[in-house]
Amino acid sequence: METTIKATNLTKSFGDFTAVDKLNFEVKKGEIFGFLGANGAGKTTAMKMLIGISKPTAGDAVVADYKVSTQADLVKKNIGYMSQKFALYDDLNIKENIQFFGGIYGLNAKLIQQKYQQVVDNLGLENYVKQLVKSLPLGLKQKLAFSVALLHQPKVVFLDEPTGGVDPITRRQFWELIYEAADRGTTIFVTTHYMDEAEYCDRISMMVDGKIKALDTSKALKKEFGAETLNEVFLKLAR
Amino acid sequence: MSLQISDISKSFKDLKALKHISLEVRENELFGLIGPDGAGKTTLFRILASLLLPDEGQANVAGFDVIKDYKQLRKNIGYMPGKFSLYQDLTVEENLNFFATIFNSSIEENYDLIKDIYVQIEPFKKRKAGDLSGGMKQKLALSCALIHKPKVLFLDEPTTGVDPVSRNEFWGMLKKLQKKGITIFVSTPYMDEAALCDRIAFINQGEILQVDTPSAIVKNFAKQVLNIQTPSIYKALRVLGSYQHTHSIYPFGESLHYMDSRKDFDWNEVLNHLRNEKIKDVEGELISPEIEDVFMELSRN
Repeated sequence: METTIKATNLTKSFGDFTAVDKLNFEVKKGEIFGFLGANGAGKTTAMKMLIGISKPTAGDAVVADYKVSTQADLVKKNIGYMSQKFALYDDLNIKENIQFFGGIYGLNAKLIQQKYQQVVDNLGLENYVKQLVKSLPLGLKQKLAFSVALLHQPKVVFLDEPTGGVDPITRRQFWELIYEAADRGTTIFVTTHYMDEAEYCDRISMMVDGKIKALDTSKALKKEFGAETLNEVFLKLAR
Repeated sequence: MSLQISDISKSFKDLKALKHISLEVRENELFGLIGPDGAGKTTLFRILASLLLPDEGQANVAGFDVIKDYKQLRKNIGYMPGKFSLYQDLTVEENLNFFATIFNSSIEENYDLIKDIYVQIEPFKKRKAGDLSGGMKQKLALSCALIHKPKVLFLDEPTTGVDPVSRNEFWGMLKKLQKKGITIFVSTPYMDEAALCDRIAFINQGEILQVDTPSAIVKNFAKQVLNIQTPSIYKALRVLGSYQHTHSIYPFGESLHYMDSRKDFDWNEVLNHLRNEKIKDVEGELISPEIEDVFMELSRN
């Protein structure tokens, strides 16, 4: 099976403080990989290295065929990224956002138009096309942001707490989009604080104090820690 | 009654944020307002804290009218907004002193109320609030909301974005505060936190859908829930999405929750349908619904 992400002793220190301490893991093509950890465990720092905006101080990672240490620009071109904090421009409408992000990723005008039509059809956005993105319902905004992150057909898409605050039905519709993308072969790397969402992932890693303390399928983790729920596993590990 | 809300409505331009909300919260109750972003939770909190005027309706908090008696009301409530609202340039200690002084009190006077929470951040009391971690900010904000010994504590999404360990600790603190006689009105988008409240109200799109104890809400739910397990969750989801008898089908952790549109149904028929569609290793059983099942069913209507 093809590997889309491979971290080898990936480390980041700030002075004396080691925020990320020798991470080793692999994520396969089309896999949904859940990246969990308590606040302050080092998730964000690790993610920043994987998306090519922060250099490791030791070790390395290969993401979508490129090394984050020396080929960060190529990494950035070949991945998709979406976070709850930043995803789309609120003051642009749907088409303008797609044109903007499509342009950034070097798609030609014809392809952008084609992608725009696809996204509108897929998400049923016909009635919203003239509106600014800021006036869209939160759930739609997030689904749109996810589709925009996939515009340039990246091998892997990074989702940083994509569903915070969203209602339970929309949250599930969002996950159907994730399943669909993974089914087409896109690798999904996702962080979340919702333990039920973590269970939608093929495998889950749990970070504590800069290290990955557990990594397996949800079923195997529950068995390993003798826990009924993933929440229990999390509590046992983090305490 | 600690809180009496009758027929409150509030609109922002064309948006009806709250539609005829009525609700009562008993003295010393731990009451949860459960709903997603945009449901109207924060608008209701702001009205109850006398920071926003309703278009219609009345509300009383600790015996004070939110409009006429707002000055008295403010002395008797503690409010922790969803957005961190302390002074980032002041230290932990300065923030706490500031809020105590505003309310003509002192840290010493009500120290026993905040002690359990404050000792956890006391080692950092010389640090600026802006430099604290998320969990510590939350503890400081709670300490500041409590320093004048309020009768009613309003907490607007105190655990959003907080990891499960800290969430667990936070609810432990709330239970302790409740034992000290404080009425707590707390909102959350996390359905699993609903079970920790004495009573809850579901809110969606500005309307209260249901009010009851968490156990009664689950017990009185009319529909049967079939819990389905298979390694091919996504395929099973698609098959049941277009099955003629499906009322609803949603992923729930590593399972699917299925509800049938018929009054009585043979759940083996549903499982066999999946097997006929070549879904592997299908297993299923009827289960009692979770809070989230109920919320989703109510918000569909």
